[in-house]
Amino acid sequence: MAELIPDLSTSAGWLPLAFLLMMGLAMLAYVVLDGFDLGIGLLLPLANDDDKDLMIASIGPFWDANETWLVMGVGILLVAFPLAHGVVLSALYLPVSLMLIGLTLRGVSFDFRVKARAEHKAGWNRAFFAGSFIAAFAQGYMLGELVLGFDISLFAFVFSCFIGLCLASGYSLLGACWLAAKTEGELQLKAIRWAKRSVALTAFGVGAVSIVTPLLSGSIFAKWFTLENMIVVWPIPFITGVLFVVLWRTLSRLPVRLANNNEYGIWVPFYTAVGLFMLAFHGLAYSLFPWIVVDKMTVWDAAAAPESLMVIFVGAAIVLPVIVAYSIFVYRVFGGKATPLEYY
Amino acid sequence: MLDSLLLARIQFAANISFHIIFPMISIALTWMLLYFKWQYNRSGEDYWMNVYRLFVKVFALTFALGVVSGITMSFQFGTNWPGFMETVGNIAGPLLAYEVLTAFFLEATFLGIMLFGFNRVSNRIHTLATFLVAIGTTMSAFWILALNSWMHTPAGFEMIDGRAHATDWFAIVFNPSFPYRLVHTLLASGLTAAFLIAGLSAYRWLKGDRAKSVMTGMKTGLRIAAVLIPIQIVAGDLHGLNTLEHQPAKVAAMEGLWETTEGAPLVLFAIPDEEERTNHFSIEIPKLASLILTHDLNGEVQGLNDFEGEHPPVGPVFWAFRIMVMTGLLMLAVSWGGLWLLRKGREPSPFLSRVLVGMTFSGWVGVLSGWYTTEIGRQPFLVSGVIRTSEAVGPASAGTVMTTLIAWLTIYAFLTAAYIAVVFYLARTAGEKEKLVRGVNALGPKVGPLIDPKAAPAHG
Repeated sequence: MAELIPDLSTSAGWLPLAFLLMMGLAMLAYVVLDGFDLGIGLLLPLANDDDKDLMIASIGPFWDANETWLVMGVGILLVAFPLAHGVVLSALYLPVSLMLIGLTLRGVSFDFRVKARAEHKAGWNRAFFAGSFIAAFAQGYMLGELVLGFDISLFAFVFSCFIGLCLASGYSLLGACWLAAKTEGELQLKAIRWAKRSVALTAFGVGAVSIVTPLLSGSIFAKWFTLENMIVVWPIPFITGVLFVVLWRTLSRLPVRLANNNEYGIWVPFYTAVGLFMLAFHGLAYSLFPWIVVDKMTVWDAAAAPESLMVIFVGAAIVLPVIVAYSIFVYRVFGGKATPLEYY
Repeated sequence: MLDSLLLARIQFAANISFHIIFPMISIALTWMLLYFKWQYNRSGEDYWMNVYRLFVKVFALTFALGVVSGITMSFQFGTNWPGFMETVGNIAGPLLAYEVLTAFFLEATFLGIMLFGFNRVSNRIHTLATFLVAIGTTMSAFWILALNSWMHTPAGFEMIDGRAHATDWFAIVFNPSFPYRLVHTLLASGLTAAFLIAGLSAYRWLKGDRAKSVMTGMKTGLRIAAVLIPIQIVAGDLHGLNTLEHQPAKVAAMEGLWETTEGAPLVLFAIPDEEERTNHFSIEIPKLASLILTHDLNGEVQGLNDFEGEHPPVGPVFWAFRIMVMTGLLMLAVSWGGLWLLRKGREPSPFLSRVLVGMTFSGWVGVLSGWYTTEIGRQPFLVSGVIRTSEAVGPASAGTVMTTLIAWLTIYAFLTAAYIAVVFYLARTAGEKEKLVRGVNALGPKVGPLIDPKAAPAHG
């Protein structure tokens, strides 16, 4: 692997790495932030009509900005790794199109469901669910394809579909944990039940990707199963297991506490679920690095010219902290329990 | 069977056309919302807030459609045109990156406060959030038009091994056509939003809604349009002269001029025929094209035959240009005529109201025909003189592109119809909603009915 990495003291060496890190963080931010938005879309059919409004109100002020992280992630792939962007997106043409159709349906339903005639609201709610499901499933499908190196076979198709369902389940988990923290009363208890139901399939998905990835590629296998690496990387699956246990126990105990008006630990499931996503992402990134297309193209092969990357890097270094700061500000403004949304 | 290049172009054109109509409303509409809010803060009059309240909903819906279609576009750069980023990625990349960094996050994040934060922050912060959203939408236009203009009139770069490398970023951003295109597009956005406001207000009037906010909206929309349209005509003319200097083939197609001519006529109507390289049934005004383009009755204008094999398809450019100009002239007539008919507090006649309702989305016609003129006019190049569209197309098969194209066209048609239906529905029900909040408090549900609406304008 070392021979794939050029001299990191030159800008052609470290800039692509900096952009890879930025792209990874943007994608992770997207998966977590839009993950709970999509999860709430997936849970929507399970709720009654009043609860549906409140569920969407709990994400209404944020979803636009959350989705922008996807634009940022794909944007970095586009601008920093132009040679990979074409290869990756051409290989994923159909699932990308499917995901975009899903995101489009979901995004417009946010507004149409409250602005169109009342009798059309149920239809837009269904579109909201369908869009969320299509987007989540397509993203998981793409993850499956990425892990299998864009292999075309029946197994790859079935495996990718399975990962699609698992990611949808993972998003439901995030969404349900978010709701548990942002709502009260009956809906809160329902959210905790929904979260418990999502845990199993999420765990299956994490396990499946973890097992299949090293089995398919010798170099990835070596990264995880040689002695000196094992000491460094095996905490990842271990902590993942611990988090699943913490998540399950908290979800089991919360209803008892809530019955006594005790909200202690109400954010624990959400942060635990976020932790699970971060660890899974970390493990995947460790497996794939330094390939941007597995065994075909490294990040340095795919990178744009250093002088252009530098122009973006300087801007990003100044602007990104500001973006993070005002994002936190907006989350604080809409902190606390969700309330019905009113336009003014 | 259509080839995959043409299908990729149709798909991208469909997506970008569907996308552009929404930002063209929301860019200027944010500034107009800021104006309504400022008027309310200043005067404390409810009807300003009522205008704001209707159009903030229209804005939210418009913005959502712009966001989702914009995300699709950021992917289609790669799925449809991988050769674009491979060749000019070093130029296009930073421009797109700065759009995401300085515009997308700003507008998307503060949109939450602008739309839903009225009861959670002070009026000052709410106004600031609205202002930041307006800045964000405008910055977005700045960066994307810088890139688009660079594709028309590339500057500040050198080609090394078939890839463009930046040499002068100032020259890249402020390339020759950029200032003209930016002004022309922002004015078009203003006109699009102004006619939307006037049209929806006229629709309320037609439906018997006589609230004060109805006339306020109608007159404000018309006044803005009446001021902007003469400026737009001048700006458009200057943009045309700039195009003549840098992309003479495009202007020749717009004018339907085949042979290089001194004292070229202005072709009002014709059916351009590329096979025979001539116009059929043409109606012309002698020497006028030369006068407009060179400011000299006998000035020389280059014809299409000077650019054989290198010029755009003539018919679409020729016709799109005429539709744009006609839309502009109609806007001039309706805005000035409408204001005259409404002078000194006169009420709008049903005829004027219907005309304004008919003009609600006239901005879209102008914007799309203008875009088709300039974008089809750039063909056969993707970046003028640097890369041809056919060299950038992706490997997706015609069948795959066709399948997704049909899916997208169905969705776009449905969403456009739903959008139009819903904005008119919002306008029709705006009056009832105003009555519901009247006597409560114009400010919001958290402030109880006992408080006089005019006593606390400072809270927003």
